[in-house]
Amino acid sequence: MLVLSPLLVPLFTALLTALLAKHEAWRKGASLLGSLLLLLCASLLLVDVVAGGRQSVALGNWPLPFAIELAADRLSAALVLITALLGTAVMLYELRWIETASVGPGLHPLMHALLASVGAVFLAADLFNLYVWFELMLICVLGLLVLGGARRNLEAAFKYFAVSMLGTLLLLGAIGMLYGATGQLNFAALHESALRPEVASALPVYVGLILLALLLKAGAFPLFAWLPASYHTLPAPVLALVGGLLTKVTAYALLRLLGDVFVTTPSMLIESLGWLAVITMLTGVLGAAYHWDLRRILAFHIVSQIGYLLLGIALATPSGAAGATYFLFHNMLVKGNLFLIAGLMWAAAGHYDLRRIGGLYRSQPLLALLFLVNAFSLVGVPPTSGFWGKFLLLREAFAQGRFVWGGVALMVGFITLYSMSKIWLEGFWKPHPSDEPLNVAVSAPVPVAAYVVVAGVSLIILIMGIFPEPFVRYAETATGVFWTTGGMQ
Amino acid sequence: MSLILMFTISLVVAAGVLLVLSRDIFRLIVGLAVLGSATNLIVFMAARPGSLIPPVIEAGANQLSTLAANPLPQALVLTAIVIGFALLCFALVLGAALSRNGGHDDVDRMQAAEPPDTDPVKPSVLEE
Repeated sequence: MLVLSPLLVPLFTALLTALLAKHEAWRKGASLLGSLLLLLCASLLLVDVVAGGRQSVALGNWPLPFAIELAADRLSAALVLITALLGTAVMLYELRWIETASVGPGLHPLMHALLASVGAVFLAADLFNLYVWFELMLICVLGLLVLGGARRNLEAAFKYFAVSMLGTLLLLGAIGMLYGATGQLNFAALHESALRPEVASALPVYVGLILLALLLKAGAFPLFAWLPASYHTLPAPVLALVGGLLTKVTAYALLRLLGDVFVTTPSMLIESLGWLAVITMLTGVLGAAYHWDLRRILAFHIVSQIGYLLLGIALATPSGAAGATYFLFHNMLVKGNLFLIAGLMWAAAGHYDLRRIGGLYRSQPLLALLFLVNAFSLVGVPPTSGFWGKFLLLREAFAQGRFVWGGVALMVGFITLYSMSKIWLEGFWKPHPSDEPLNVAVSAPVPVAAYVVVAGVSLIILIMGIFPEPFVRYAETATGVFWTTGGMQ
Repeated sequence: MSLILMFTISLVVAAGVLLVLSRDIFRLIVGLAVLGSATNLIVFMAARPGSLIPPVIEAGANQLSTLAANPLPQALVLTAIVIGFALLCFALVLGAALSRNGGHDDVDRMQAAEPPDTDPVKPSVLEE
């Protein structure tokens, strides 16, 4: 039953926080408790999975290929734990956050429903179920986007809706056709059916459609324009949750479907995925280098980092999948944390645009240190988690003779460094452009809890960088059977 | 039967794509709804429609007749219809809110969340 907890706990919390709409303190308390309980359940689930292997629940008392199956293997369990960790961090950060104080009682139920749907995507072992949870995720994000109520929020939500809806419809259509061809929806059963010769000939069309739908939702080139057009309208804690989880969930779905379920996907599709990955990381980072708004810079970096994840998937070996998995662990934390840091920079200096802020090194030395750790991790500088993520991916790329892919990935690292030094020079070193004291736009002091949260996540990032061995080994065991035909039990 | 369904679906998809390419908010939403219906028809097609025998186990028998219609795609389509309807309602309210407080329903003029294009080189400052 522990397998169901990453879905049930946040759903229950969402319900509870919705009922407590009129009592703000109680609502925040319930939301925090719910996320702590989720963290506990996710940790127990991980311990269970490490000790006893894959845990699965077949709902509705049906035998397996027909029942809706929720299953946690090593990959899913770890991702659920990271989701819970990020969720708890965001709830703590949001406790006294000024930006979200006026958005109304819808915030907490939506954030917890988002956590539930993300957890459920990680656990889904059934293609249609995967689609349903993607839909719930879409609805929650739309709700979070319109919460602000201003015209910019509504426009962002509409752009997000129009593009995501197309992706969703493509996904549903592809699932329908795949069901028509195989008669199966369960992952393990699909894995078996996909090997049958009469299915294998038509498989590239269906898998290609699913790939297209998921690439659109992941924000891959050339279908990423919706991402930097909508994310920056969210307040910082929500942005950290959405930016840290959403596109990564889609990358997980791609890794699971290509690496574990449809392992016989023809090399032409995989090869094009690799080139798309390379173009995605390059265009993403170039967009980031062009912009001055902190949230936009980081939103473009999401696109760029998705490129690395797709590269790991396109390498199509267990080592490539392990690299992508480690990168996924690292990126969810670092990306979420960088958005939280951007929020702290906004609170301390008064604006998200780098041309309007400055002097943070003098006024907030601790924030400067935390930013450096996370920025170095995003770039991939050695004592941080990002180095090992990129190292694993690049080693595998060069081992396979993919010198162009690896070379571009290295170059993108340098442009990321440029973009991060821009934030450092403009936000931290340069004196504040206005003569008025700092903190002009925001009257409330920067909450201490927010600092503690950011420092805590940074510590995890440092630990992952200094002692990478257990994490890398975990990723390698989690993806050991990927890209092999006998893989799924 | 399959041929008729196939041509119907193609027609619906064509209509949906035409509407989605429109710059008008409501045409776009209706286009997405039409495309959604086409997708539901595709999922429905997966059942290989043709059998009119309901998927109900006859009294006395202990398993479903092999000639009965496949109930699973119908369940899937039902789920998809419910979700699609919820999203459609949300989108209609969103579209109404957009065209009411902005005074236009032109998708190309949706620039409120973008930096104003005063400076041709650098993106200008995006004020709150």
